[in-house]
Amino acid sequence: MNPEFFVISLLNGFSYGLLLFMLSSGLTLIFSMMGVLNFAHTSFYMLGAYFAYSLSGSIGFWPALVLAPLLVGVMGALFERYCLRRVHKFGHVPELLVTFGLSYLVLELVQLVWGRSTVPYGLPPLLQGPLFTLYGTQFPRSRSFIMLVALLMLLAVWLVLTRTRIGLVIQAALKHPQMVEALGHNVPRVFMLVFGGGCALAGLAGVIGGNTYITEPAMAASVGSIIFVVVVVGGMGSLAGAFLASLLIGIVQTFAVALDYSLAGALAHVGVQVGEGSVGWPVLKLTISQVAPMLPYLLLVLILILRPKGLLGTRED
Amino acid sequence: MMADKATGHALELVDLRKSFGKTEIIRGANLAVRAGERVAIIGPNGAGKSTLFNLISGRFAPTSGQVLLHGARIDGKKPFEINRMGLSRSFQITNIFGRLSVFENLRCAVLWSLGYRYAFWRFLSRLQDANERAEQLMEMIRLHRKRDTLAMNLTYAEQRALEIGITIAGGASVILLDEPTAGMSKSETTRFIHLIREVTEGRTLLTVEHDMGVVFGLADRIAVVVYGEVIAFDTPEAVRANPRVQEAYLGSVIATQQAGGH
Amino acid sequence: MTATHYRFKPWNVGRFLVWTLFALLLIAAPHVFTSSLALTMLSQMGYLIIICLSYNMLLGQGGMLSFGHAVYTGLGSFITIHAINMAGRGEFPVPLVFMPVVGGLAGLFFAVLLGYVTTKKSGTTFAMITLGIGELIAAMALMFPEFFGGEGGVTTDRVYGQGLLGITFGPGIEVYYLIAAYCFTCTAAMFAFTGTPLGRMLNAVRDNPERVEFMGYDTQQVRYRAFCIAGFFAGVGGALAAINFEIVTGVDSVSMVRSGGYLLFTFLGGATFFFGPIIGAVLLVLASVLLSELSKAWLLYLGLVFLFMVMYAPGGVASLIMMNLRLAKYGKLGRLWVSYLGLAGAGLTALLGAAAMVEMTYHLQLNAALGPQLHFLGASINARGLTSWFGAGFVLLTGLGLFELCRREFLRQWGEAQEEIEREIKRQEAL
Repeated sequence: MNPEFFVISLLNGFSYGLLLFMLSSGLTLIFSMMGVLNFAHTSFYMLGAYFAYSLSGSIGFWPALVLAPLLVGVMGALFERYCLRRVHKFGHVPELLVTFGLSYLVLELVQLVWGRSTVPYGLPPLLQGPLFTLYGTQFPRSRSFIMLVALLMLLAVWLVLTRTRIGLVIQAALKHPQMVEALGHNVPRVFMLVFGGGCALAGLAGVIGGNTYITEPAMAASVGSIIFVVVVVGGMGSLAGAFLASLLIGIVQTFAVALDYSLAGALAHVGVQVGEGSVGWPVLKLTISQVAPMLPYLLLVLILILRPKGLLGTRED
Repeated sequence: MMADKATGHALELVDLRKSFGKTEIIRGANLAVRAGERVAIIGPNGAGKSTLFNLISGRFAPTSGQVLLHGARIDGKKPFEINRMGLSRSFQITNIFGRLSVFENLRCAVLWSLGYRYAFWRFLSRLQDANERAEQLMEMIRLHRKRDTLAMNLTYAEQRALEIGITIAGGASVILLDEPTAGMSKSETTRFIHLIREVTEGRTLLTVEHDMGVVFGLADRIAVVVYGEVIAFDTPEAVRANPRVQEAYLGSVIATQQAGGH
Repeated sequence: MTATHYRFKPWNVGRFLVWTLFALLLIAAPHVFTSSLALTMLSQMGYLIIICLSYNMLLGQGGMLSFGHAVYTGLGSFITIHAINMAGRGEFPVPLVFMPVVGGLAGLFFAVLLGYVTTKKSGTTFAMITLGIGELIAAMALMFPEFFGGEGGVTTDRVYGQGLLGITFGPGIEVYYLIAAYCFTCTAAMFAFTGTPLGRMLNAVRDNPERVEFMGYDTQQVRYRAFCIAGFFAGVGGALAAINFEIVTGVDSVSMVRSGGYLLFTFLGGATFFFGPIIGAVLLVLASVLLSELSKAWLLYLGLVFLFMVMYAPGGVASLIMMNLRLAKYGKLGRLWVSYLGLAGAGLTALLGAAAMVEMTYHLQLNAALGPQLHFLGASINARGLTSWFGAGFVLLTGLGLFELCRREFLRQWGEAQEEIEREIKRQEAL
């Protein structure tokens, strides 16, 4: 492990973590507000990427950066209005199930329209290439752009929630929806706004994540489970917790994928030789990079045993 | 800790405090209820009566102080632990099993106390003692004609009766009733008070009430809670005459009663 | 439509009849549907009934939405298949007949192991935990090829040892009857469970966990124990699947897709009634075997059906059946049959139009190389032709319009019938 690897991996992990935060923050907002865990949240992420892909083809990346999230937000709002609202009276489980059904549907429709393989959603010229080079390793512009957008988005959301009138209504509706409705605010409309907004944030993440990483039908499912882990580990309903957990998981995963150390190797380092016939060889021979996909879920189980409320959990479910 | 034997207190609160964040809701409440006593807890809205109940029954853990049940500490324990030690409560907002019938509701309530635990190798229909006890309870709360009605299809008063039934079913010696007559008409309330008196015969009763008629009729002693403290705990006559109480609570109540012609 | 929970309480004679009928159905089925395809489907239905019922122990009876049930069925499958291999080598002298019990014990073991952490929370958090653990095991499947068999999975030969009275379980029909026997016993056992203290308290925990605590029960213990029992039956189902196919793959058997499938079809069948998952299991096999052959768009149809079910009939197919049975009991079903006919006709028309459009789109996307002509219900239509699209669209719109009209009339009549029934019930109660 050399310093350049460390720094670059840290930055990469940071940018991936911020992307995860963009997604989990929208999810947390929706959950805090409406008690609904949007199983289809990463489906909107996927839609954002695909929309941006199609739009960049015709109107260019930068207009798409604005338009695609809006489109996704509108779709989210429509879904809330016509489907989610309908099942609200049945309870939280049906709400989860309806978003689960939506995720199925979106997956099929995306595969129908854009096909089952990866699409060549590429970076615009401005975002190609390195931002800077550290000891011969590059840190790409695209990833720093993700960090920039994520931080700007965080700032914007914070400003809207705390400084604007609609933000205050949203905050109030977060804790006391009936009271807010009694005061004359159109709470269903606020819900629709928040849901649409959350989905738009997911779509935005898709626009910038899709061309930095990969744009394919499996992208929703692969990030989806990790987002839910982030939300549970951070503490259901806590934005700060989601931030912490996103960064933690993002950095850990990025490091883990690049490390080829195994327990067997570590034992060999201290002079203990292990091989095929040794006890526990299947576990000992695993390298960290092989185990990497499992780490977020391992973290989930650990947190549940040690600190069930989550890192910064507030909401008692 | 044989405090119970020595002093005969079924329930004791010792300097109980509870803060939510920076707000202190309960600020050093003290109370000592004798076994078999009927105590009514009154106080203005927001005084912390429900919070006290929640602290006693284990829904919240106190920030400091002690709760003693028959001399044993129960503060910080989980609700089911407290229940197994002999304390049961009802809820202000009816908390029954809507999708089960009246009979089933009551039968569920007696299972633990009869020792059936988490048994999955015996049939409910064969448990004679559980079935008999449930029948008994149904008679007591006068719902035996609605035996197979789903709880959610009962009238409000009937649901409240079922609520009480479930509360006493396990044979707890200390019963907490949270505004049992809330939302009832005058006649329903009178009948309900008779019911409460009957079913809590021989047990210690603590009830939060707003209806002064109920309070003065039912209680042996009244505890007045204002701003998270028990400012008076005495017989109804003494409380009525207590100037602090009059100033803090009864005065305003009587005033509104006179004004509104309640 | 009212949201009342219906209880179907037939007399004990009726109950005896139902179970006998069920047993007869299981025994007679392969003689009625004699093709080998039918036999595979029946075998699959057999163990999927066990799996979906075990899933509903969590969902319908306990209010626990699990996204990771395949963990327990899959691990049951793997342990069983390894056990069979060991038995084949003579290391584990247990006849095939008892292997499903081995699978059940495996399922139980893992449920005991993972269940405590899983049931610490309830509701949405529980669902997320099951998701995480499901992904954990699914990720592990690729890491330990010694146990999970890597890409090719683990295979076995279910014919080993002496056999019993000439039964070797080589032929499919013998496997079917093994599955059917376990299906019947497990269904009976799980039904019996609903009448035990734990079963009833599980329902109570579903409806009102706070109240349960104040009745002396630790809600987590209730959920944990039910979780373990469900895990046992899941393991049994998984074992039968392994015996049936003689292969288990890591990428498939513990996957999230499979968990999602159990969830989807149990819910579709109906989570609020005991027999709902049985319907769900049958639908699962019909959809994945037959529907997938019929149309490439079957997952899309499935997703749409599921979505509509959640929105309009959250009690699933079982609740629809029960609602109509309730109407029949009060003699009101007869007057609705015209409305039903209208709904069905209009619905079918709309479906035809929609399906045509969907099929054409799928054809263009997936089979473009075969040219624009495709077969749709026996007719050949041109996916690129404007007439086809207009035609389909027209059929769809007409169907939708007629459906809306019929729906209003139907709702009116339904509401009337419900009111009359309510009045009848009140009248009877007052007696």
